[in-house]
Amino acid sequence: MKLSFSAEDERFRTEVADWLAANLTGEFAKLKFRGGPGDEHSFPEARKRWEQKLAEGGWTCVGWPQAHGGRGCSIEQQVIFFEEYARAGAPGRVGHIGEGLAGPTIIAFGTPEQQAKYLPGILNGTELWCQGYSEPGAGSDLANVKTRARFDTERNQWVINGQKVWTSLAHESDYCFVIARTDPDSVGHKGLGFFLVNMDQPGVDVRPIEQITGTSEFNEVFFDDAVCDAGDIVGEPGDGWKVAMGLLGFERGVSTLGQQMQFQNELDEVVRVARANGRDRDPVIRQRIAQAHAELKIMRYNSLRMLSGQSGSDGSLQGEALIYKLFWSSWHRSLGELAIDVCGQEGQLLEAAPYELTRLQSLFLFVRSDTIYGGSNQIQRNIIAERGLEMPREPKWR
Amino acid sequence: MEFRFTEEQQMIRETAAGFFADCSTSAAVRAAMVTERGYDLSLWRQICDDLYLHAITLPETIGGMGLGYVELIAVMEQMGRYLVCAPYFATVCQAVPALQLADAASVSGPWLERILGGETAALAWIGQERPGCEAVTATCEVVEGGFLLSGDYRLVVDGHSADILVLAARQAGTEGREGISLFVVDAAAEGIRRQWTPALDQTRHLGRVEVDSLLLPAEACLGSCGEAGTVLEQVLQLATVALAAEQMGVAQQVQDLAVQYTREREQFNRPIASFQAIKHKAADMMLRTEVARSACYYAACIADEAWQGGAMAAELPEAAAVAKSYCSDACFSNAGEALQMHGGVGFTWEYDVHLYFKRAKASELMLGTASEHRETLAKLLLDGGANA
Repeated sequence: MKLSFSAEDERFRTEVADWLAANLTGEFAKLKFRGGPGDEHSFPEARKRWEQKLAEGGWTCVGWPQAHGGRGCSIEQQVIFFEEYARAGAPGRVGHIGEGLAGPTIIAFGTPEQQAKYLPGILNGTELWCQGYSEPGAGSDLANVKTRARFDTERNQWVINGQKVWTSLAHESDYCFVIARTDPDSVGHKGLGFFLVNMDQPGVDVRPIEQITGTSEFNEVFFDDAVCDAGDIVGEPGDGWKVAMGLLGFERGVSTLGQQMQFQNELDEVVRVARANGRDRDPVIRQRIAQAHAELKIMRYNSLRMLSGQSGSDGSLQGEALIYKLFWSSWHRSLGELAIDVCGQEGQLLEAAPYELTRLQSLFLFVRSDTIYGGSNQIQRNIIAERGLEMPREPKWR
Repeated sequence: MEFRFTEEQQMIRETAAGFFADCSTSAAVRAAMVTERGYDLSLWRQICDDLYLHAITLPETIGGMGLGYVELIAVMEQMGRYLVCAPYFATVCQAVPALQLADAASVSGPWLERILGGETAALAWIGQERPGCEAVTATCEVVEGGFLLSGDYRLVVDGHSADILVLAARQAGTEGREGISLFVVDAAAEGIRRQWTPALDQTRHLGRVEVDSLLLPAEACLGSCGEAGTVLEQVLQLATVALAAEQMGVAQQVQDLAVQYTREREQFNRPIASFQAIKHKAADMMLRTEVARSACYYAACIADEAWQGGAMAAELPEAAAVAKSYCSDACFSNAGEALQMHGGVGFTWEYDVHLYFKRAKASELMLGTASEHRETLAKLLLDGGANA
């Protein structure tokens, strides 16, 4: 067990930092520290161009295998890349769903044709993706999706009808991966398919959801006889759940280090405000800041454990990975409360009318979504208890 | 960057776990804890002679294993899990680093060799309960042929039974880490009064050590007279890391006990573990245990750097405070929840939960509470240094 990186990895760190310093300039300078969670609506066009800038330098998809056009970085190098990216204040990635979720899924489960059709646009930063999972009746109970996909043999296309909700970046995206029911008589995990759907068609309607922040990162997406080609289903009809769950495995890992660097930037801002207004003398605030600092520090080492550890032979998650979502989301929510508390009554005052929030106000409000999306804290606790501690499931209600 | 145990470290951990599971049973702990010594001498002999766990950090030059804090915390976790009654924490986690860090091998070597041979040791520094070095109130005076030592040491872990004592004292009129010296003496020396001070946590015994104008030869002083404050502080930080690992082991064990109990206990015609009210408590316990584990692994790596003079050694004060603040809260919360989940039997003497519950509180209060360690972090973060 040791913490230091090799000399070669340290050289890689310098290379990343130098590239970012040289390129996060000009029209991209205004993007520094922008576009993160709670701020995803900012500068969409410039951030899309930033994706292409990254691609030119070979800095998209750093963890993908070289055979599929990625940089083939080791785990250590990926850690370093995400840390330096966040340290430089480089903007929230509009391409992260394609790079982190859609791409790895297509690499793992897709056909050579799908890989040829979809991976280049992700690699070169020109095509953005969104995730079509949740529905009004399928939140925590994700397997309850009602969206249907019917194969039209005459057109040789899949026809999709239904509604998705909480779809991040749908309004900016070129494609959506959708789980939909291929067997209309099925229930639960069975009878689902995993589809790659073009968003630019008459059958797809995106409506923004106005959130408690007054901004709209999330959307509703309506599919009304939307279509995709026969070759745009990943796996067989009925395999959708397996593909979707395989994808969840890609969500954990190295990108968490970058997320933590963003958290560090937020905590630094909280400390700056407390020192400026004198609340850093308040013994209770001092305890809360120290606790936030300690736990963020531990969070980093928890991630390094996740990355260094082997998962079980069945692909099951180690304890430190199983608790990770509950840990960071609860931590971040507490930071949001601390952020507004260090401001005192001044913390009420908006940046501007009608409802332009300060950075810390935005943090205070937006973190409330963290403990809900991607498996709410209650669901996380069920998963930890049932999978991690082998406690029995609730009896069925009906 | 490699953030998991090597095979060798894993083997040490599993060997310790297997041995303690067999030998530190509930019955064994309960038998040992009511004796004045507080541990079974034959168990200690086995830990030393058969498992060689006492030699983990002892230098190879005298026949020790020459390993570091990653190995040590692997053992300490298991000590916590099985509430092992043994003078291990006092000897290996407190006295050994004091002897090794305070002076050259030529001076401390003979004492370390006695420890290698199975003798036990304790570190006494608390005169009045205050953070770190500030607790030292015993005084030393330079006299013809050596030193005169006077002090009333309290809360000395295994101090009443140890074979060797390391005593901290300060020159009159000094404060903080200034003017502190460390002395090593044979505990049987004339003029040392010792007694057992029974405590809430019966599984770790505390003693009181009194000396009044005790004459010590010049060679009893470790390092330069009056300059051991920084070393004592570092020793306490290393001990704090080890204690945090023990707390993590306790947190893990009470979690396991509670989960096992709730899976077996049936009410309303179902195991109570199937109720979300129970499962969510257990999930929170697991979160705290795993986070505590990450904190300990991090702190152990930093302690290793401090122990072996690595580049990140300067992070020790922060790492110790991070680990002890988190593990103290995690350990006591888990113990409290475990007691609650056991229902009525959790409140009985018969079930072991109360032993862990008491250990959890005792460890939380020892070597700085969670809030004291958070204040240390606050000083580092907000005031530009731990001593500002």
